[in-house]
Parts: sequence; C-alpha cells; structure tokens
Amino acid sequence: MVSGKRIYADFKVFSRGYLRNKFGLFFGLIFPVILILIFGAIFAGGSSGPVNVYAQNQDTGLPTGINIGSSFLESLNESGTVRVITVDSTINFTKYLADHSSSDGIIIPASFSTSYASGQSVNITVYGNPTSSTSGIVSGTVNGYANGFNLNYFQRKYNDSTPAIISITGATVNTQQTKYVDFLIPGLIGFSILTSPMFSLVNISSEYKKNKLFKQLSLTPLTKMEWLTSKMIWYIVLTIAGFLLMVGVGIFVFGAHVALNVGLIPFLVLGPMLFAALGMLVGTVTKNPETAGVIGNIVTFPMMFLAGTFFPLSSMPQYLQTFAHVLPLFYVTEGLNNVMVYGNMTGALIDIAVLGVITLVIFVLAVKLFKWRED
Amino acid sequence: MLPIEVTSLQKNYGSLKAVDGVSFTVKEGEVFGLLGPNGAGKTTTIEIMEGLRERDSGDVKVLGLDPWTNGYSLHKKIGVIPQEFTFMEKTTPREAINYYADLFNIKVNADEILKDVLLEESAKTHFENLSGGQKRKTGLALSLVNSPDLLFLDEPTTGLDPNARRAIWEVVRGLKAKGKTIILTTLYLDEAQQLCDRVAIMDHGHIVAMGTTEEIIQQHGSGERLTIHGSQQLADYIKGNTELLVDYDTAKSEIVIPLKKKIDALAALAAAEQSGLDWGEIQTRQDSLDDVFVKLVSEPVEEVETLPEQKKKSWRR
Repeated sequence: MVSGKRIYADFKVFSRGYLRNKFGLFFGLIFPVILILIFGAIFAGGSSGPVNVYAQNQDTGLPTGINIGSSFLESLNESGTVRVITVDSTINFTKYLADHSSSDGIIIPASFSTSYASGQSVNITVYGNPTSSTSGIVSGTVNGYANGFNLNYFQRKYNDSTPAIISITGATVNTQQTKYVDFLIPGLIGFSILTSPMFSLVNISSEYKKNKLFKQLSLTPLTKMEWLTSKMIWYIVLTIAGFLLMVGVGIFVFGAHVALNVGLIPFLVLGPMLFAALGMLVGTVTKNPETAGVIGNIVTFPMMFLAGTFFPLSSMPQYLQTFAHVLPLFYVTEGLNNVMVYGNMTGALIDIAVLGVITLVIFVLAVKLFKWRED
Repeated sequence: MLPIEVTSLQKNYGSLKAVDGVSFTVKEGEVFGLLGPNGAGKTTTIEIMEGLRERDSGDVKVLGLDPWTNGYSLHKKIGVIPQEFTFMEKTTPREAINYYADLFNIKVNADEILKDVLLEESAKTHFENLSGGQKRKTGLALSLVNSPDLLFLDEPTTGLDPNARRAIWEVVRGLKAKGKTIILTTLYLDEAQQLCDRVAIMDHGHIVAMGTTEEIIQQHGSGERLTIHGSQQLADYIKGNTELLVDYDTAKSEIVIPLKKKIDALAALAAAEQSGLDWGEIQTRQDSLDDVFVKLVSEPVEEVETLPEQKKKSWRR
C-alpha cells in the first residue's frame, strides 16, 4: 500500500536537506537563470544596427560640379543598413581596410559621374569577406542602390514616369517576430528539467547504495516506490520554481514573447518525473558512484546539446535531427516550443503522449530493478 | 517462543562458505554477542536475522517470523543499526527521529529517545557534523523509534575512540536494564565480556565456542598454571621430587606447572625451596577469554586492539 503520509515525511526530510545544501540549490535554480542571462545577452536583439563600411570616393565629378559618386554614397548611408565612412581618395584603400581590421569597403571610380551622365558602363568595387555576415549586407545594399540608379537613368532618358512595378512590403509568419531568446527559454527550461533531477538522482541513488542508506531505509515501512515518488514530487516543485524564474528573466530582461498556458503543465510534471526515474535507474544498475557518474554523463550529454536546448534543431544536419528523436528530452523541448512559441497544441499533445509512455516505462524499470536489500 | 531460533544456517557467496551450519537461540532479555574476526560470518548472520539478506538453507525464526519472507512486518517490531551507520548529511538527530516516527506512523517523544542514547546536546547538529560516536548514537536512537523489544547492533563500536565506546556501552547497558533483548556483533573481546550474557565465537562461518565467557574459558581454556622463573636444572629437580607435570619454556626461562588442585602449588614451591637452586618471580594464571580466542580462531586477528587484563597473582620471594 502506497502511503501519502510516508511520502510526505520523506519529502519533508529530503527537501529540507536539499534546501540546506547551497550547491544543489545553485545548480537547480540559479544556474539556469545565469545561462539565460548569458545566452540572452550574446544573441540579444539579433542584429546590432547598421554595418560600418569604408568608402573611397575617387569620382572627379561633372564639369558642372555635380558629384554623382557622393550622391550614391549618401543614398547608401540613408538606407539604414550600412553606415558609410568616407576615406581620403589619396590613401591606399586595401592597406587602410587592413589597418582598421575591416573587410567591408567600397571604391567609386574616378569616371563615375561622367560615365553615368553619358550612359557608359562603370564599375563600383565592393570589398568583402565571404565568411562574414556583414559582407552580404554591404554587397546586397550596394547592389540594390546600383539597380535603383540604373532604373533612374533610364526613366530620365526616356522621360518615363511609370512608378516601379514591383515593390515589397515586410511581413513575418508569426504575429510577432520570433527572437533567439524566445527559442532559448523553452530550450533552457528543458535543460534544467533534464540536468537537475538526473544528476541528483544518479548521485543520490549510487551514494545511498554505497553507504547502505537504502538498507537502513528498508528497515522502515517506507517502500522504494514511495521513496522515488517523493523525489519526483520535489523535482516537480523545483522545476516549476525554476520555470517561473527563467520565464520571468526572459520576459522582463529580454522582452521574450512566450505563451504561458495550461499546456505547459504536463511537461513540467512529466519531465522531472522522467529524468528522476532515469537517474535512479542509472544509479541502480551501476556498481559504484564512479561508474554511475560516467554512465550518467554518457546518457545526459547528448541530450543536453542535441535535443534542441541551446540550438534550434532545424539548424542541425538531417542525421542529427533524426537522432534527436530517440532522445527523451527532445519531446520535452519540442513540446515546450510547440506550446510557448508556435502555439501548436496538436503537436504538443503528441509530445505529451510520447513523454507519458517513456516516463511510465522508465519509472517501472527503475522501481523493478532498484533493490533495497541484497540476496 | 524464543525471540531468536537459528538452526543449521548456511550462506555462500560463490565458493566462499560465509556461514556454514550455524545454530543458536537467544532468550528474552538476553544480550547475545557474536564475536569473531573480520570475515568470520558475523555480519552475514546478523543481516539474515534482520531480513536484509536471503539465506541459502537452514531455519531462522525471529519473533516467530521468517525474516526474509516476512521482512516488512518483522521490521516494524525490531530495531537495527547496520554496520557503519550513516544518514542523510543535512539532517539533525531530532529530525531523523521524527522522520522515522512519521514512517512508522507513531508518536514519539524525541527528547526522551535522545536522552536514552545520551545525545541531547547534539540534537540540532547536522548529521555530517557529528562525531563518530554521536553518529552511532543517532543510529541507536533511530533503532529505538518503534520501541522494539529486540535490537540488532552490528559492530556498534568499531572504529570509535575508547571514550565513545564506553558511552555506547553505557547506552546498551541502559537498554538491557529496560529488558530489551539485544544481539550484537563485535570484534572486541572486552566488549563481549562487558556487555554480553552469552557469547558465540565465530570463525570461518562456524561457531567454535558458545556460552557465558566463564563457561567458554572453562571448556576451552587450559586451567590454572603455576610459573616459576628459573633454570632447566630446577625444572628437572621439581619433576624428580614431586608427582607434578612440569614443562620448561627455554625462551622465557620459565617452569610451567599445570595445577589440578591449588595445593599442588605448595608442593612445587616446597621442592623449589628444597633444591637450594636460585629462582625468581612466581605466578599463577588462568587462560583469559583472549587466550581462548587466539586458540580457537585460526587466523591471526588484526583488529583486536584492546586486550582485557589478565587474571594475575604474583608473589616475590
């Protein structure tokens, strides 16, 4: 017979011990918040404003004094995507770029104004580094403005006042734009759902076995299922507290847009249950705490990085995405993302079902294989 | 019904016969000691009685129950401290007692239990900060929570300093005075002599001697002996002029004469005096429990630290 009173008694002793251990509390609650702060700060806002680009205008201008090269650079500057920094025309430009540790530069040739006025082709040189994301922005912007200038030339030449045929209006798939931090919050909640109960239970169950505390407890009416249940309840409580902290930091510090609703509850309950039982299982089937630690890490680390915690799964190669489906944590992070970011409740229900089955299997295995006594 | 009845108990670990045909009974209110070196089978025997280990064969009844199959109900009636008792690090003895009381679903007076085990001053200290002796006392306290009449103490004082050992002895005597039946295992002869009504000496899975310490000494000891410090010549003289058996220990220059009666000592001394030869210190001594122990237990016993005082009488000429 499972006794609620005994579970409560064990819960009281265990939670009190846990709260008295500053180290455990740090890893359970504070560490995930620190992770959110660090990763959130690194990727905050996504873009960091206009790209600095150096420009050397060698254009000598038209006899009338008009310098079309200057106008071109001014237009670029007004685009908002690049900030043009003009460099004296007498300087060795490539050396200048190197001296300023920059790979983004533009050279307007001497004949730019005269060629444009007479309709002869002329070349703007754009310096860039193909591996840098800023170079794409620079060449794209220059390309766009060059097309604009070309079109303008023909409109004037033929006195054409037809407005542009194609124009663009910006829009995104979601009502609000998804930022990295929006994805990061469910990921890191998944991370703490995995690590806190898992590492703890691997450690506790192997240590208790080694120092015969389980034997000691087997002499009381407490059953092993009651013992494990009280640990699960504690990690559910801890997970919910961690969840509130992390979501709070995400929303108030980084302005994350995440949906909060009852769909989250199954994940905050099943997740800690699953990993507490899995930790117990690892601690039970291994011979000593050292082996348990190693096996625990082997089970935990792939999940920590490959189940969509720090990086979106979609950014990974296909074989890793396929592999992720055998990691139990995948169904936690995917489910949390479905609820919090995409609002995909059907997807979340499937994740809950898969998670429920895995949890049940692991729980039964852990209780069956776990021995109070020896034979 | 006796609290404990063990008949032909056997337990093997692979090819090792840890317990090999052990039988004994324990009476109500008795303190019964299993004495023996490490590896003698004491812990295996006590753990089988506690229901922590399954036996291979033989019959074990504890309070009339089979401890393995009825472990869950038996555990509500007995108190146990396993060897090297440990508990959750951040829990105080008082909290531990209340935790056990909740598990057993009974109300206890934690202060009273703490007083019984002389642990009142450390009631609020976290387990990890307790001394070795205080930790064992916490174990004792927990074994008393369900007010059992039968207690199992597996090496309750191993590794403790002499003061801590005496404090534990104090507690055990107190429990005995309250009429509890106690089974304890120990490596220490003095502990067995101090605490136990009856002792079983175990070696290699067998009981090699059992009874009160006096009975064991009588059965397995060599009786009283007279030793005289002197020469081989003197030994030969005594041998030639009395009817006594005389041995000579060349290494110690000692004449050893087993005494059937006390009066034999006088005859030996009279002969020595008559010989006109020089003789030194004389004494009579009897085998102590440790003499018997060393004789009975085949392997050298490293763990025995304190040897009890020998029963010694000596005269000077």
